[in-house]
Amino acid sequence: MSDEPPPSIKSALLVLGCPQVPVQTSIALYLINKLKKSAIVPVVAGNKAANTLLVVADPDRHYLGEVMDLDRAVAQITGKKREFDRCFVFIHNDAGISYAATMGAISSAKIFALVYGEHYEALVKQIDFPCTIIAAKAVHNPLPLKKALDEVTPWAA
Amino acid sequence: MGCVESMNYEILMRDRSFKECREYIRQNFKEYIDVQPGFRIFDIHLIGIPPIAIGLDRDFIVFPYTKPCHGTFLLRVEDTAEAARLRAVRK
Repeated sequence: MSDEPPPSIKSALLVLGCPQVPVQTSIALYLINKLKKSAIVPVVAGNKAANTLLVVADPDRHYLGEVMDLDRAVAQITGKKREFDRCFVFIHNDAGISYAATMGAISSAKIFALVYGEHYEALVKQIDFPCTIIAAKAVHNPLPLKKALDEVTPWAA
Repeated sequence: MGCVESMNYEILMRDRSFKECREYIRQNFKEYIDVQPGFRIFDIHLIGIPPIAIGLDRDFIVFPYTKPCHGTFLLRVEDTAEAARLRAVRK
C-alpha cells in the first residue's frame, strides 16, 4: 500500500539541501506549518543529517509528517510511484541547483526554488529552468527568507 | 554514497559545479550520450541540470554524481554490461 494521499488532497515535497546553513531547518518548519494550515500535506525529503535535524527538533511531530530519504524520493518520482502538487527545493549551493532542475524535469509539481545563503544572488543567476524563485540573503537569521516566503505565499491556492 | 560505495569507482573530478563536469565530459570524451535527470545508471537516478552528459570510453563509464553536501563528483566506473546498455540507449 502506498502512503500517498488521495488525489483530492494537495501535497508538497520539501527537498532539503545540505544543512550546513542554519536557516534551512527553521524555514522548513515554518513552511510546513503554513502548508498544513492551508490543508496541504507536507513531505520532507533530505539526507540523513538534514532530516534528523528536523526530527529531533519536533519529537512529537507537531509539524512534521512523512520524512523520507532524498534518493528514495527521486526514485519514486522518476518511477511515477509518487507525485506532488508543489515542490520546494532548498538551495544554497550548486548541488541545490542540480536538485531543483532535476525536480523540474522528473515531476509535474509546481517548483519553488528557495535560494539563500551568502552567495544567493550568484545562485539565482544560474537558475534557467521554469520555477518560482524565492530568494534572500539569509544564513543564520531566517527572517529575510521568511519575509520573502510571506510575500509569495506559495501555500495559497 | 549508497550503492556507489560498493562500486570500484575512480573520482575524476570533485568540488566542481555540475556544468563544469558536463563540459569536461563533452570536451574529453569522443563518445558521450545526453540523458535527462532521473535517468538510471547502475542503481542511481542521475541528478543534474538537463542535459546530463555520460562519457563512454571502451568499458568505462564517466558520469556526474551529485550529493547535497558534497556537490558533484565525476566518477569513472568500468562495467561492460552497463556500457553496452548505454550505447544501446543512444541508438
